[in-house]
Amino acid sequence: MTGERPHRILRPASAAFMTLTVALALLFNLLPWRDVRGIPDLVALVLVFWCIHQPRRTGIGIAWLLGLLIDAGNGTLLGQHALAYSVLAFGAMALHRRILWFPLWQQAAHVLVLLLVGQSLEVAVRLATGGAFPGFFYFAGSLIAAALWPAATFVLLMPQRRPEDVDLNRPI
Amino acid sequence: MEHQAPPLFARGPAPLVRLAFFAGLAVLLMVLDARFRYAEALRQGLALLAYPIQRLALAPVQLLSGTADYFASQVQLQRDNESLRARQLEAAKDLQTLGALEAENAQLRRLLAARERLPRKSTFAEILYSGRDPFSRKVIIDKGGNHGIQAGLAVVDEIGVIGQVTRVYPLLAEVTLITDKDQPIPVQAVRTGLRAVAYGAGDGATLDLRFLAANVDIQNGDALVTSGIDGTYPAGLPVANVARIERDAAYTFAKISCVPAAGAGNHRQVLVLSQEARVPPAPEAEAPAPKPIKSKRVRRRE
Repeated sequence: MTGERPHRILRPASAAFMTLTVALALLFNLLPWRDVRGIPDLVALVLVFWCIHQPRRTGIGIAWLLGLLIDAGNGTLLGQHALAYSVLAFGAMALHRRILWFPLWQQAAHVLVLLLVGQSLEVAVRLATGGAFPGFFYFAGSLIAAALWPAATFVLLMPQRRPEDVDLNRPI
Repeated sequence: MEHQAPPLFARGPAPLVRLAFFAGLAVLLMVLDARFRYAEALRQGLALLAYPIQRLALAPVQLLSGTADYFASQVQLQRDNESLRARQLEAAKDLQTLGALEAENAQLRRLLAARERLPRKSTFAEILYSGRDPFSRKVIIDKGGNHGIQAGLAVVDEIGVIGQVTRVYPLLAEVTLITDKDQPIPVQAVRTGLRAVAYGAGDGATLDLRFLAANVDIQNGDALVTSGIDGTYPAGLPVANVARIERDAAYTFAKISCVPAAGAGNHRQVLVLSQEARVPPAPEAEAPAPKPIKSKRVRRRE
């Protein structure tokens, strides 16, 4: 690492945009996939993102509600995603002070661990209630989601990177 | 009197406390859902909330498949048409004799004082998507409680049984496939008449016949059909074919794997069969005698 990278001062995040991104992620998760194994859980990713970047405005309660909605929509055991997302939100909020000082790919490694913990919780719960083990390919979804972290950071911070006042005569 | 200064930054309870609260709530819900089925009302409400998002998510996929259907090549259509004609011709001769056979069968059944088998009502349904739960084998069909679908009904395609309705929403229903882990279906081997119960193996592709003795008379390729003794599935529908048998003297039971006959992954159209009308109610558990002394007197009088 060479010295400190400059940190850009961002505009405040708008609640409407946060809600919109969560809704879009929900839409993605509820698409009629032929096989959900290997599909990244975008709701978890967006949730972790906002818990890291806006810990005061999201929380474990919201994560729990989102998980419950996913459970009902997917027809899974009620509370399975709620538990996983609560732990995810807690982990993300515990990490939020230090994770942003790392470069993006190291942040992605942190997120990967968080997502894998969430998925392992779900596997443990379902195996305990008599489900069948879905195979290790199931965990590929977390790998893909973590790989999407830099892209998610770019897209989700876009509205906060807008200049305060647009000056058409500015040279750059 | 104790005076407490107002907190400078009010942030509510500590994160660990919140996590414990919500995790506890989730565990409570899971226990209620898995063990007692008390959470159905909450699930139905939440499902209704998620339904618009689901329909919205379904729209682009339906649009795509609709467009693909529209542009299906004419060659394909012609080929389908020819094969269907040929099959219809083949079926026609069976169909002509079917009426006579049915009448004869009804006559014979009446003679035998056997119960006439009522034709079951069936509802046509289409598979919308496979369930998004990687831990179980389920599909979602486009008919629900508003169309008269009830939990427990059998679902078949044109080859054989694919599963059973396990959860009903107002506009959708969830069908658990026979390959789901621990989804049982009573079967009978066609060759020997042997009755057994087939369970999903858990790998999503095969079924197991459990608890059959190691020397049981069963061979590779034996066809298994529904036995019909449960009143849920009509008798004689193809279920699976025996694919592999392991007989090991060290174990009491043989390990028998079967491949399902119907392909739930290949077809979109299914039939939901309604319950047989004439199933006698299950015998009620005998009410315990109010007092042991009284029952003794009754017995003596008898």
